[in-house]
Amino acid sequence: MLPVAVAVIALVYPKVFRLPYPQHVGVLVCMNALMAVAWNITGGYTGQVALGNTVFFGIGAYTSSLLLRDFGVNPWIGMLAGMALSMIAAVVLGYTTFRLRGYYFTIACIALAEIVSAIVVNTRRLGGAVGVTVPIREASLINFQFHGTNKAPYYYTILTFLAIALLVVYKMERSKLGYYFRAIREDEDGARALGVNAAQYKLIAFMMSALFTSMAGTFYAQYVMFIDPMSVLAQPVSVSMCLMAVLGGLGTLWGPVLGALTLIGISEATRVTLGGTGQAVDLMLYGLLVMLFAVFQPKGLMGMFGRLKARKE
Amino acid sequence: MTFEILAQAVINGILMGFVFALVAVGLSLILGVAQIINFAHGEFLMLGMYTAFWMWALFRLDPLVSLPISIGALGLLGVCVYKLITKRILDAPRLTQIFATFGLSIFLRSMAQFLWSPNSRMVQNSLVGDLRVALGKVYVGAPQLVAAAGAILAYGVIHWLVEKTEIGRAMMATAEDRDAASLMGINTEQMYTLAWAVGSACVGLAGGLLTTFYPVEPNIGLVFGTTASVVIALGGFGSIKGAFAAGIIVGLIQVVGGFLIGPAFKFAVVLVVYLLVVAIRPQGLLGKY
Repeated sequence: MLPVAVAVIALVYPKVFRLPYPQHVGVLVCMNALMAVAWNITGGYTGQVALGNTVFFGIGAYTSSLLLRDFGVNPWIGMLAGMALSMIAAVVLGYTTFRLRGYYFTIACIALAEIVSAIVVNTRRLGGAVGVTVPIREASLINFQFHGTNKAPYYYTILTFLAIALLVVYKMERSKLGYYFRAIREDEDGARALGVNAAQYKLIAFMMSALFTSMAGTFYAQYVMFIDPMSVLAQPVSVSMCLMAVLGGLGTLWGPVLGALTLIGISEATRVTLGGTGQAVDLMLYGLLVMLFAVFQPKGLMGMFGRLKARKE
Repeated sequence: MTFEILAQAVINGILMGFVFALVAVGLSLILGVAQIINFAHGEFLMLGMYTAFWMWALFRLDPLVSLPISIGALGLLGVCVYKLITKRILDAPRLTQIFATFGLSIFLRSMAQFLWSPNSRMVQNSLVGDLRVALGKVYVGAPQLVAAAGAILAYGVIHWLVEKTEIGRAMMATAEDRDAASLMGINTEQMYTLAWAVGSACVGLAGGLLTTFYPVEPNIGLVFGTTASVVIALGGFGSIKGAFAAGIIVGLIQVVGGFLIGPAFKFAVVLVVYLLVVAIRPQGLLGKY
């Protein structure tokens, strides 16, 4: 029942809220939810705390934008190219880092992301520190560009992406793959002893995660029409997608979506009411809330609902 | 000529490396004993630097004179953070621990920006500010030299504390196995508090020393914090000796790598070296686990 209600609300949302700002927030929520769902595959189900997913987001954004700018390639094809490249990157990153455990792995991910960022910042061909402006094309679904104040087309596009990702994760949860992932999370050595090829399945999780993160990257580029290393290849990007998954509830289907909704809500509300003064009050509050949440609600929002439900019964 | 530039780079790198080493030793001590990576460690350093800066700006106290104040202030901060935040999540999943300190780092960074603006600030005419020592054609700045000496001294004290004293042995026992240590009559709560206090005091000292030659701004913790995490991973978690050695190595790689490949890549070179090392030794250079 609940999923149907959520779907209906999600579908009618831009029909009810016709102003650009609420529609923009809707787009932000869906885009971040997509990234969090993607992160949840490695971080939540497989238990690998990868804090470098900004690489895949950046690859998605840069591949489609550069192909469009320099070769006039359609952004949809650019998106597929970005997804393919991200998967290759995931294989490379996976092979270099999967032998590492715990914090060693996490720090290696941060390191890899910083290296890629340093390369892009210092390569003029890739726009350097200045970034890349996405060329404007005629507004249409084929061109993946919709101009004007009505953001509903963008909203439905990203909602579709999110729905696909959720469907894939839903199927994965109930398949052998999902059990392997969770076995690795609970006890990697144990899973290997039972014949689960841990390295291979971690790689699969990483590739799935890369694929959807890259999709979100291309969407971001087509939506904002400008990308630079600060916005698509930066540690805060990696942290925020992971934060949403944690906040919502790790290793759950709806957790990341809930987390994105909450976190974007908080960050937009604080930004609108307290931001604009350039004094970072909004970020202060945001940091404080993240900290308090981690300390007092370590199982995330889904865990909180679970407890409430249990109490009722 | 090129040789002299290289020699200069090597010396600067090693001296800076001692500061990285001191910051990393603090982080390593907290991780080793209290089993948590403090992702706000760089922000602690930033606060240490601001303490020294404001002591100078408001009371005309030289950063070297106000060292006890910055050490004390940061030690106290460490204790507060432990008692108020991290103590509650000792047994929580790793991600929760990461996020609690990540949230703290965002909070402290924005607080600094809110209180003191994003401007970069620098202590002028510190006691050792303009002095330098000539070794042939290679010059060594006195502030860097003092900072390195301070770092070595602090490392010596911590090493002595951990290896030679009763308290240190109790601390290592706690690091080894909290429950067993507790059964042996060690007050583990006290040991955790002590680790946070000493670990944070390290960045108080490092901050005070850095301020004599390094400008401070709210985002300074980002680079130093990430560097410190890489340093302790490179050295191997749980090894204070490893952290100190890796700090010097990282300082050296940064400057020499920057010299050979280009200053823009100096941090990236360090990260590449880290990845190469853990590809061969997943537990870092001197790590136990």
